[in-house]
Amino acid sequence: MNNLIHETSKIQEITYELKIQDVMDTEYQTVNSGMAVGSLREVLRKKRILGVPVVDGTDLVGIVSIEDFIKCMENGKLGETVGTMMTMDVKTLFADEPLITAVNKFEEYGFSRFPVISRQTGKLVGIITKIDIIKGILKKLETAYQHEEERRYRASHIFNDIVADDISIDLKYFIEGKNFDKAGEASTGLKKTLNRLGFPPDIVRRVTISTYEAEINIVSYTDKGEIHAFIDSNQIRIVVTDTGPGILDIEKAMLPGFSTAPGWVRELGFGAGMGLPNIKKFTDKMTLESVVGEGTRLETVVFLDSNKNKL
Amino acid sequence: MINMKEIVTELGLKVVSGEADGPVSGGYSSDLLSDVIAYAQKDNVWITLQTHINIVAVANLKELSGIILVNGRQPEDATLKKAIQENISIMISNMSTFEIIGRLYSLGIRGNNK
Repeated sequence: MNNLIHETSKIQEITYELKIQDVMDTEYQTVNSGMAVGSLREVLRKKRILGVPVVDGTDLVGIVSIEDFIKCMENGKLGETVGTMMTMDVKTLFADEPLITAVNKFEEYGFSRFPVISRQTGKLVGIITKIDIIKGILKKLETAYQHEEERRYRASHIFNDIVADDISIDLKYFIEGKNFDKAGEASTGLKKTLNRLGFPPDIVRRVTISTYEAEINIVSYTDKGEIHAFIDSNQIRIVVTDTGPGILDIEKAMLPGFSTAPGWVRELGFGAGMGLPNIKKFTDKMTLESVVGEGTRLETVVFLDSNKNKL
Repeated sequence: MINMKEIVTELGLKVVSGEADGPVSGGYSSDLLSDVIAYAQKDNVWITLQTHINIVAVANLKELSGIILVNGRQPEDATLKKAIQENISIMISNMSTFEIIGRLYSLGIRGNNK
């Protein structure tokens, strides 16, 4: 209900914001007063319209509708000119009036269309129908909606909007071991989130690449693990823990090309002995602790300060 | 910069996912995923024989312009599904890695400067 009222008042707001010239049809059809009534039917039919302003030279002199035409037909006056049967007391609107004026005039007169004239020159500049009004409002609503979507999508203002001395966002991802079909889902999810939070693309890339390598390690060597991302105003810290077999010789494991990967992991393109070196390459700080038989804890930090950006 | 569309036409690639459209900054070829992660650059086209779902993750992470599978290799179903979902372009060629890289080079595609 609240939503409805909100929407209604939004439409009211739009009818005050929009001007008639914003929604009117400027590629309108006109006829002149010397035209035979019989030819008028062709114009209305071809253009699929129910009425048309009558213009002589540049002056708006009247308006005719399908009803006028039917009356002429009933009275056998199809041979006469448009000028003899048109409505000469034309109700018009000014192009620079707010849309609400048009809405009220439609209500007041019950007409289907109004010629729109320029306040400065008095000349005809457009036609407005109820359809034009609806289209105009919908278009405006759509634009407003898109802006709202964009605003919502970029959550970067979170850091500015929340009143606190410092703020940190804490994200957790659970990783299933040995399941290569799901491998990468955590880092892809983290990537989407970081993008939404509005971090620079290179920061997002570095964080997610290093997280991906860690995730692949959990999948390749352990039964399960966790990725924990702590995001605050100056850094993104990732803590990856698992309860796997542990690393026997960390120094050796850090050497490019050193790998203990089993064949089935290598077949999938992993196990090149580059995972840990890659993590080091793409982050600003890396700490690796491991106890054989208990598990491994990896901590990486990527600083948000652009001076420290590596890529 | 050459567009992926031109590459698809020139090399007669079969596009199985994604739009295969957009700038191509260069090329990289490797079947070791960590190697690609380490050295491929944004908007590179990646030439590989790997067909597993992880190639989609790597292409996504490195924001590659597309993956060309060589020797007529077909991506696995899960790979294809993920690639469509993530809008990653996968293209298939009947050529070998050697042949396809030669063609790419003659189209003006280069490796990345270290």
